[in-house]
Amino acid sequence: MDAAVTDPHEDERTRRQKSRALVMALLLGAFVVLVYAITIVRIDQQ
Amino acid sequence: MASVTASADMALPADWQDFLALTKPRVMSLVVFTGLCGLLAAPQAIHPVLGFAAILCIALGAGAAAALNMWYEADLDALMKRTASRPLPAGRMDRQSALHFGVGLGVFSVLLMGLATNWLAAAVLAVSILFYVLVYTVWLKRRTPQNIVIGGAAGAFPPVIGWAAATGDVTLLPLLLFSLIFLWTPPHFWALSLFVRSDYAAAGVPMLPVVSGAKVTRQQIALYTLPMAAAAVAPWPLGLAGPFYGVSAALLSLVFLVLALRVLANRATEPQDMKPEKRLFAFSILYLFAVFGALVLDRWMPL
Repeated sequence: MDAAVTDPHEDERTRRQKSRALVMALLLGAFVVLVYAITIVRIDQQ
Repeated sequence: MASVTASADMALPADWQDFLALTKPRVMSLVVFTGLCGLLAAPQAIHPVLGFAAILCIALGAGAAAALNMWYEADLDALMKRTASRPLPAGRMDRQSALHFGVGLGVFSVLLMGLATNWLAAAVLAVSILFYVLVYTVWLKRRTPQNIVIGGAAGAFPPVIGWAAATGDVTLLPLLLFSLIFLWTPPHFWALSLFVRSDYAAAGVPMLPVVSGAKVTRQQIALYTLPMAAAAVAPWPLGLAGPFYGVSAALLSLVFLVLALRVLANRATEPQDMKPEKRLFAFSILYLFAVFGALVLDRWMPL
């Protein structure tokens, strides 16, 4: 049977996935900056 | 082409705001503040970047503990008005996501703390997360009215962690700050539990007002206020803090005691007549902010 499944929550699902991906990207970026800063400070302290 | 509509219960992924809600951001503010004060009151200065990382780790650790608490207590939260709208009982998130988020955040916070500051601070942070989750949430909360007396220790760790992050050790002052929060927790939570007693009773949580009644709870609030005040003032006579802190802590503790005595004198059984309890609960939050704030001011701007 050639059936197309329509999810009534599709738009909401896409919106949530996009917003989660965006928040995760921002957090990962912040993490990279923080680890870089920590490393520089720790090297300076040695 | 035929079209088949998917069933309405097809699960949606949780929103990022629901993950944020799992960390109990409002509770976190007090944890972060006391941790920051422990860090700033330490005799050894810490580089601002490392200090920021330490406070971030304390916040993430507290968030992890809160998420694991909500994961374990989803059934209880569904029974109480105050907590029924949280992401798990409201059905906005599946339990496994909350578990993975809590464990991941906890491990991450401890590792980052160890790498950024030192492993003593990381170890105390790990103990505080495990204490809140295993000792308070899993073991004590549903079993004994002493749940928040012993479990209160979990919330008392942040100033010790902040101090350890800055100095690499733990001395008498951070232990006194630990004692202060430890002894502050019972009057703070019992004041709350008096006016939300029906919630706890409905959920079967053996909080003191549910098990022993309002009168005993009010007596215990007044009794705990005395050692709490002693722990708050103690750094001054012991020479660990100056007169600004000592006088501030004494005055604030006096106000706390007066409010606790008003609670003791109250005979109300209905929440709408429990103004003294609500006033003590609100002041208890301000009290902890003010005492810790006074300690930092005393350290940085001694009289």
